[in-house]
Amino acid sequence: MSNLSSLSYYIPELIIILAILLVIILDVIPACKKYTFSLSLGAILLASVFLWQSYGESHGLFMGMISIDPFSHFFKMIFLLSTFSIILISRYEKQLDSKYSAEYNALLMIVLLGMFLMSSSINLIMIYLSIELVSIPSYILAGMLKNDKESNEASLKYVIFGSFASGLMLFGLSILYGITGSTDIGVITAALQTIDYPLSIYFPLILILVGFGYKISMVPFHFWTPDVYEGAPTPITAFLSVAPKAAGFAILIRVFYTMFTIDGSVSATLPLANINWPAIIAVASAITMTLGNLLAVQQEDVKRMLAYSSISHVGFMLMAFTIVSPDAVRAIMFYLFIYLFMNLSAFYMAIFASNKLNAHHIDDWDGLGKRNPILCAFMALTLISLTGLPPTAGFVGKFYIFAELFKHQQFYWLAVVAILNSVVALFYYFKIVKSMYLVEGDGAHDKIVAHPVVNWSIILFSAQNLLFFIYWEPLIGFIEKSISLWSG
Amino acid sequence: MESSILTLLIFVPVAGAVLMLPFAMLYGKENAHYYKWIAAITTGIQLILAGILYLNFDPALSIAESPFTVQMNWIAHFNIQYFLGVDGLSIPMVLLTALLSFICIISSWKIEKQALGYFSLFLLLDAGMMGVFLSMDFFLFYIFWEVMLLPMYFLIGIWGGPKRMYAAIKFFLYTLFGSVFMLLALLALYYYSDPHTFSLITLIHTVGSIDAEIWGISVKYLIWISLFIGFAIKVPIVPFHTWLPLAHVEAPTAISVILAGVLLKMGTYGLLRISYPLLPGEVVNFAYMLAVLGVINIIWGATNAIAQIDMKKMVAYSSVSHMGYVLLGMAAVISDSPAGAQAGMNGAVMQMFNHGTITAMLFLLVGMIYERAHHRWIIFPNDYEKPELAGQQGFGGLGAKVPVYTGFVAFAFFAGLGLPALSGFISEAMCFIGGFSVFRTLTIIGTLGILLNAIYFLRAYQRIFLGPLNEAYKDLTDISHRELFTLIPLVVLILFLGVYPAPLLDMISPAMDGIIKIVQSVI
Repeated sequence: MSNLSSLSYYIPELIIILAILLVIILDVIPACKKYTFSLSLGAILLASVFLWQSYGESHGLFMGMISIDPFSHFFKMIFLLSTFSIILISRYEKQLDSKYSAEYNALLMIVLLGMFLMSSSINLIMIYLSIELVSIPSYILAGMLKNDKESNEASLKYVIFGSFASGLMLFGLSILYGITGSTDIGVITAALQTIDYPLSIYFPLILILVGFGYKISMVPFHFWTPDVYEGAPTPITAFLSVAPKAAGFAILIRVFYTMFTIDGSVSATLPLANINWPAIIAVASAITMTLGNLLAVQQEDVKRMLAYSSISHVGFMLMAFTIVSPDAVRAIMFYLFIYLFMNLSAFYMAIFASNKLNAHHIDDWDGLGKRNPILCAFMALTLISLTGLPPTAGFVGKFYIFAELFKHQQFYWLAVVAILNSVVALFYYFKIVKSMYLVEGDGAHDKIVAHPVVNWSIILFSAQNLLFFIYWEPLIGFIEKSISLWSG
Repeated sequence: MESSILTLLIFVPVAGAVLMLPFAMLYGKENAHYYKWIAAITTGIQLILAGILYLNFDPALSIAESPFTVQMNWIAHFNIQYFLGVDGLSIPMVLLTALLSFICIISSWKIEKQALGYFSLFLLLDAGMMGVFLSMDFFLFYIFWEVMLLPMYFLIGIWGGPKRMYAAIKFFLYTLFGSVFMLLALLALYYYSDPHTFSLITLIHTVGSIDAEIWGISVKYLIWISLFIGFAIKVPIVPFHTWLPLAHVEAPTAISVILAGVLLKMGTYGLLRISYPLLPGEVVNFAYMLAVLGVINIIWGATNAIAQIDMKKMVAYSSVSHMGYVLLGMAAVISDSPAGAQAGMNGAVMQMFNHGTITAMLFLLVGMIYERAHHRWIIFPNDYEKPELAGQQGFGGLGAKVPVYTGFVAFAFFAGLGLPALSGFISEAMCFIGGFSVFRTLTIIGTLGILLNAIYFLRAYQRIFLGPLNEAYKDLTDISHRELFTLIPLVVLILFLGVYPAPLLDMISPAMDGIIKIVQSVI
């Protein structure tokens, strides 16, 4: 589709772009400064409406640079929802200086735009650009606490790791271009089917995996995660742990499923069948979840523990990525959707605790169960869900991923590793539960109340764990519609 | 009515727990009174429902024919069903659960600390236990199995003894370790059977044709092992038992009763409900090992109990020993004499029920003395907090001071050591009769357990109740009416089933015949 006619299918993104510009302009007009917050939220809502309306359409836009399809729509909804919620919650985070709130919101929306592009890119150039568009504002956001040493450290580490990883990825992309002669992933797919030396794909493939792996914090490209998560302002940590990760998975799935499979399966007749990328992913997945978990066990800082645990969740999702089938994609997307909510509610609870009690260490949470019983009950539900126990949606998510391995009768060893990991996960997640309920605390029994926005965000995001456990069929149905791209 | 009774059995306690919330909002959380009564009424209703179920239960009907069976689709595309049913294997467990839950609520009457939390969690635990015994869909079974762990964790961890936090997480980690393997077995059963299903009734017919291999080992073998790990930890089979003494000792009285009375039975129930009918070939191969493990349990549990100076720990180890009888009886399923197989299997299920009532009584009685004396040492340990008491007898001569209590303890101890005319004797004898028809030597070693049981029970009795009265307890009060109310039903059951076990036996045996037939068909 030509550039001009593409625009009419590009309305949600255009709204976001417009909002970013407006927020920056309004910020310099003293009288209008206070409207930037509602403007950002309004723009996201408006974009959601347009996105929802166009659900189901499938087009290639801007001369084959990006693709609008149900698959990208699903992820865009996740992005919109998480960005909306983060902008909302950030207003009630004490750490953040309200002086910079307009810049902060604008940066978040630039990341949002970048993630939109990431989930729809079908061209190597666009892939690289969109990843950078997500990364660069993220570096700034991580360092948002100007006077905080740790926040500065987080930002710097993020920049160094990020630029190194994207450099390697760019190298990989250029080799791929050299082998196939095109930047369009559709054309590359066709070229790869007649390639003479399939083994030569391994090198660019691994380099590309470095770039994507860094975005989703897959071991061994995870080293930035704990420090950045600990140092960044908590809302940003929450944001980084879900939204860019979801975007990373979106692009990982799209690139690998388009380039290295035919109609969502690895056909034995292709030269590509010699390239055993699922095995690479399987090993990465096992290491990611095990290392993430083992390191999380040792953490005493809640944010840091959640950071390591988010690494192990990535390992779980990668487990489904080892199975090449549309159903496995469905399992990943289901897990991502649930993970988004449960992780956000856990981080919001951390925001609540650090705002009210200045609590960062797990021991600081002692006796919290008595001081705000309702929120703590929902937090417990979230933690149960993160562990993957019934009756929660986290269990259903894990169940779907395990089911994929069994359905395709592959990688049973990975299933055993994963199942043992979920026992380890219980140990550290329940350290928080233990602090909240089992430990008596220092005797302070005065109630602490959260701001209604924080309160209801935690409750809603946590309650879904129960809802999608009792009846999750509609959600799976929706996801199934969104991956019609590969299931035909 | 008939088709909704099983659903009600599970969800009446849930409704009770939910009902507590408006009370908490209206009257505040400190008002323990309301929560006790709500819990008592809900478990009372549940007990009545279980009674109705018992009166209308026809042991001759299979699950497919039973009017109580409920079968509905839950998640259609995974073929997960809301499938509840009751047969001769599950009905004793359902009755036991309902009875013990009610008794436990009454015995927890003095709980004042966070009463809302305690009673609502207890009701959720109750619902979970009921669900395990009524589920006929493996997925549903697994859900209830895991759901039960959460309230248990909190109940031990918040209301338990000094080492409660360690005990709670150890219990949770152990059982979770077992149940995650069950999850793998569940998925393997689903995907290797054709058509894909979680229904335990359909799986009986479809699992037989699986002949696939993973890593060169038969899938069925791996499924058996995975299931066995999950169930063995729950039973608990030595050497997976180390969570048990700790959890039982640290848990509050009512929770110890539930742990020993109901939760341990889930391990053997799971073996009989899932492993036996689905994997008869593996059962035949493993029967000898089961018998060996059973005998190890009997001897190990009993010898450990002898060494204990803490009354509650002694009772906890006696549970390990008594569950060994169940395993020995179950192993007799391969007996070539029909009478032997029947005696073993029926004895095993009866022992599950009888041990539930006897051990409940033992834990209740230990709880009563603990409430009054604030300790339960038979002999004070050497590192006791009051050095002048270290090494001394904890009690002594209570028999004259609290005669009614002493009488109940004597009754419970004798039931525990298997005195004839009390229910434990019948089921233990049946387990041995069954075991003897196949494993002669093992059974003879196993009978030593009876002797060992007598040693620790009688010795404890002597040390606590006989001899001159320990002056520290001259103000001890005897049993109260409320406590009497919790003990009498158990006494009646133990005595009645000891003299006339036929009602229980008749209920169980058709279901056991079915399982025996399935297992024997592959020999």
